[in-house]
Amino acid sequence: MNKLRRIQWDALLMPMVGVVLSLLAWQLVSGRVVQKVQPDGTMEEVKSGLVQDLPGPIQTWEKTSKYIVEPFAKREELDQGILRFTWYSLVIVAKGYAIALLLGTPLGFLLGLSKNFSKMFDPIIQVLRPVSPLAWMPLGVVIFANSGRSANELAALFTIAVCAMWPTVLNTAVGVRAIPQDYLNIARVLKLSRTKTLFKIMIPATLPYMFTGYRLSLGIAWLVIVAVEMLTGRIGIGNFLWNEYNNGLYTSIVLCILTIGLVGFLLDRAMSLLERRFKSAI
Amino acid sequence: MSDYVEISNLSKVFPTPKGPLRVVKDFNLRIRRGEFVSLIGHSGCGKSTVLSILAGLSDASSGGIILAGKELTGPGPDRGVVFQSPTLLPWMTAMENVMLGVDQVFYTASREERRQIAEYYLVVVGLGDAMHKRPAELSQGMRQRVGIARAFALSPKMLLLDEPFGMLDSLTRFELQQVLLDLWNRNRLTALMVTHDVDEALFLSDRIIMMTNGPEAEVGEILEVPFARPRHRKELLENPEYYRLREQLIEFLNTRAYTLKGQTPGQGHGPGPGSNTITMVKSMMAAEPVSRS
Ligand SMILES: Nc1ncnc2c1ncn2[C@@H]1O[C@H](COP(=O)(O)OP(=O)(O)OP(=O)(O)O)[C@@H](O)[C@H]1O
Ligand SMILES: [Mg+2]
Repeated sequence: MNKLRRIQWDALLMPMVGVVLSLLAWQLVSGRVVQKVQPDGTMEEVKSGLVQDLPGPIQTWEKTSKYIVEPFAKREELDQGILRFTWYSLVIVAKGYAIALLLGTPLGFLLGLSKNFSKMFDPIIQVLRPVSPLAWMPLGVVIFANSGRSANELAALFTIAVCAMWPTVLNTAVGVRAIPQDYLNIARVLKLSRTKTLFKIMIPATLPYMFTGYRLSLGIAWLVIVAVEMLTGRIGIGNFLWNEYNNGLYTSIVLCILTIGLVGFLLDRAMSLLERRFKSAI
Repeated sequence: MSDYVEISNLSKVFPTPKGPLRVVKDFNLRIRRGEFVSLIGHSGCGKSTVLSILAGLSDASSGGIILAGKELTGPGPDRGVVFQSPTLLPWMTAMENVMLGVDQVFYTASREERRQIAEYYLVVVGLGDAMHKRPAELSQGMRQRVGIARAFALSPKMLLLDEPFGMLDSLTRFELQQVLLDLWNRNRLTALMVTHDVDEALFLSDRIIMMTNGPEAEVGEILEVPFARPRHRKELLENPEYYRLREQLIEFLNTRAYTLKGQTPGQGHGPGPGSNTITMVKSMMAAEPVSRS
């Protein structure tokens, strides 16, 4: 009983201690403005600190609280609550992610099922996989240049989908190759049709691997959003970050980073919960 | 009655790093319809190899098999297979696992009729209360019951069992031997069972095929098991004939399995047949008389 309570305490207390220590370190290295009396008697504001232009936690809160306190407010196009910006980003990420799964899962199946297909395309995939979203984006713009008003949107979706697809492709392929021969023998002995073998045996057997891929893909899709919004000027949290940087409002950068991190963390937790449910069902 | 299964000059060669290995050579066997035949032999002699060729999961290097007047090519649901571990699909309930095959074989029947077939066999093997559980929720023995129900539910022409009780503890093994025997008594499916256990072979079979050691293993001797059916374990164990046959089997495995191949006894590998099931059965029955029939 006593021990149990201590464990629960630890689980809460220790991360809190970590947060406080990090805030302290942040405060220490951040820059601040001090009043300095000049030799001629006038007062002048001088920057000081280890990283002079890095706003500290207190300053960040003071300057950005309006985005947090009213997270869904829409004052102007470029002045909205932080969660409202996040929401815009999440919507496009969801779309791009959906495309990634719809393309990546069948591609993974083909790679896993056919040795020849795998020999043909695996090298290409290995080459394309490490390419940064910053490199894909311009290509997306070129490809969809003639799509009129939705060109930017399509280019963004393209970039998210292409970058996020690979973990799904590779994990699905591994999962298909790992289907136990015994399960396939059941299909052979019972003479199941191809469709039935696929849906009754192969897909369920691959599901845990597919979900690992889905979780990793979601992480990447979210990672890509900032780059995509910076380059397309599409409204969202990444775009907000970029605008504020250009306007010299560095406190907002910190706010955006924390928000992006937190959202990414929550998405990952949600996916791993889902993943665990699927794995325990098997 | 004429032969229902004809295995003629079956050979299997495996490619190995040291060159081709002829595991089984000129294996000949005829099985009558409704006969229960066991295949016994030392570990690694090629019993599973023969069985998986019969199942169509592996190709013969030469020779052929005729089942019910037709040459066998490839696997099919006309043979119900039970392996040592039942390989149930873990995402399906016991019922769904059985239904997968029933749906294939009885596709002309209505859904309700098919469900009833699956349910019937699951109830007969004693899973009436557990048929909607998934394999993970079932004990090892219960899973093998599902495996048996699945094989019988196909109403196959032939039943192929590869050490179906090999992974079970002896109490469960006795229980499941009884379940298998009861089911078999209802359908009298032609069956070929691989086993290591001489008592299991004597209890279940009409004939016991003793295989010589490998490589190039073949049929060594054949033992007719004359006990009337339905059999009861207790009566068998009180029959002196039982011990005579048992002795004959062990004698073969300990000596002639080797000498027929020009080997010296004792150079075999893996667990031998010197089982101590007899003493176990006796102590078990002293504690609780077997009253099942
Ligand atoms: N795919 C394979 N490639 C090469 N050799 C094989 C292969 N499968 C089996 N063998 C060899 O064939 C021989 C017979 O194997 P098999 O599994 O049929 O024996 P078994 O009689 O069923 O043995 P056990 O009683 O242990 O199950 C063994 O020596 C084994 O090493
Ligand atoms: Mg074997």
